[in-house]
Amino acid sequence: MPMIEMKNVSKWYGAFQVLTECSTQVEKGEVIVVCGPSGSGKSTLIKCVNGLEPFQQGEVRVNGISVGDPKTDLPKLRAHVGMVFQHFELFPHMSITENLAIAQVKVLGRGKDEARERGLKLLDRVGLRSQADKFPGQLSGGQQQRVAIARALSMDPICMLFDEPTSALDPEMINEVLDVMVELAQEGMTMMVVTHEMGFARKVAHRVVFMDQGRIVEDDKKEAFFGSPRSERAQQFLSKILHH
Amino acid sequence: MSTWDWQVFCKDTIDGEIVPRCFGGAGDITYLDWLLSAWGWTLSVSLLALLVALAFGSLMGILRTTPHRGLVLLGNAWTELFRNIPLLVQIFLWYHVVPALIPPLRGVPSFILVVLGLGLFTSARVSEQVKAGIQSLPRGQRMAGLALGFTLPQTYRHVILPMAFRIVIPPLTSEAMNIVKNSAVAFAVSISELTLFALQAQEETARGIEIYLAVTGLYFISAFAINRAFHFVEQRVRVPGMIGGGH
Repeated sequence: MPMIEMKNVSKWYGAFQVLTECSTQVEKGEVIVVCGPSGSGKSTLIKCVNGLEPFQQGEVRVNGISVGDPKTDLPKLRAHVGMVFQHFELFPHMSITENLAIAQVKVLGRGKDEARERGLKLLDRVGLRSQADKFPGQLSGGQQQRVAIARALSMDPICMLFDEPTSALDPEMINEVLDVMVELAQEGMTMMVVTHEMGFARKVAHRVVFMDQGRIVEDDKKEAFFGSPRSERAQQFLSKILHH
Repeated sequence: MSTWDWQVFCKDTIDGEIVPRCFGGAGDITYLDWLLSAWGWTLSVSLLALLVALAFGSLMGILRTTPHRGLVLLGNAWTELFRNIPLLVQIFLWYHVVPALIPPLRGVPSFILVVLGLGLFTSARVSEQVKAGIQSLPRGQRMAGLALGFTLPQTYRHVILPMAFRIVIPPLTSEAMNIVKNSAVAFAVSISELTLFALQAQEETARGIEIYLAVTGLYFISAFAINRAFHFVEQRVRVPGMIGGGH
């Protein structure tokens, strides 16, 4: 059973179709990169995985559980699907430690001390232990995104979703975030990553999905994707983003 | 213009004699006693109405930002109902019409009706501000809360409202000050507050200038005290690293 399975997912905003029969899957331990021009539906697609965006047709299963089924306990499902956003979305009124602990306590029912300890360990892991008592607004973008990754990890996720995690960062901060992500991938985390960072894709992705105008036009093993993309649109896209 | 006569506040309200130390006793009251009592009524109406306004206004403002159509409709209807009718008319409606339509309300003191009238009128404005505060937050905050496994109420409680309320403290300050000033309408249904005092006392004493100046001063002090109290809260809940927050 794949960790994430999408079958013919279609979604409309009013009369405008943003996703058209998208199908793909992510096996346990697999890393897939979703790329494509802006407006192609990548972010919408990844938000369908944990039901942040509802979809009208098709089926999404995470660890066998149907996301679109009204009977599914979405909060319970989401608690174990880590998500990292383009704009970090740390909670600005809480210290870094509180950001890491709150969901462990309120959602998983862990004790405060235990949650704090786990949070600090994860901060260590992303190299930010010294920032534990600061507030998000006092950290750089790269640091905030590393905290956001640690926050997602604090919930012991069965898979991780990344929605353009480096797009809002200054260039010099991109690598500190990518390094954390590469490490995660190498440890065997199941990851679905929307990104334009082709270096990351080459390094750790198993498969690359290319989207255009709400459709998945390529879904290939990494080697095949970077070798000879079949669609002309993907070729154009790649040549644009790889040459600078 | 004649000279000031601040002694007027020391006069007994029945016989007009000046009472030593200006406070009456043993059943007699001076205008100063009356003034302070009226101030008390003004503050009581204002503070209770403020509680009503914050409770209902926050609730309705929150409902209007939920993904549930029925709740949004309820919040919108509430807000439009209470903000499209003049305040004074609403007070009269509570006093004359509502008890006639809802018999159990007949025995309710007019003080309570005024608190409800003023509070619910203001709740419509609070609802607008709370809604605007919530909508001013990045949409991703809500998503981040939900993505961590929070239910929608938990997302509001832990993620959205703590920031939204911080953002709306300044407009809510104005609203709280407005309540003090708007409480003057209570005179229309015979609550013995500052404005009613001013009207009656100046008739009885013919010292309108002193009376109105005193009342003006007390309104100013009350509204300004509320302003300072809200400002204190605003300082206390500042978030480090945010615009306007300490580092």
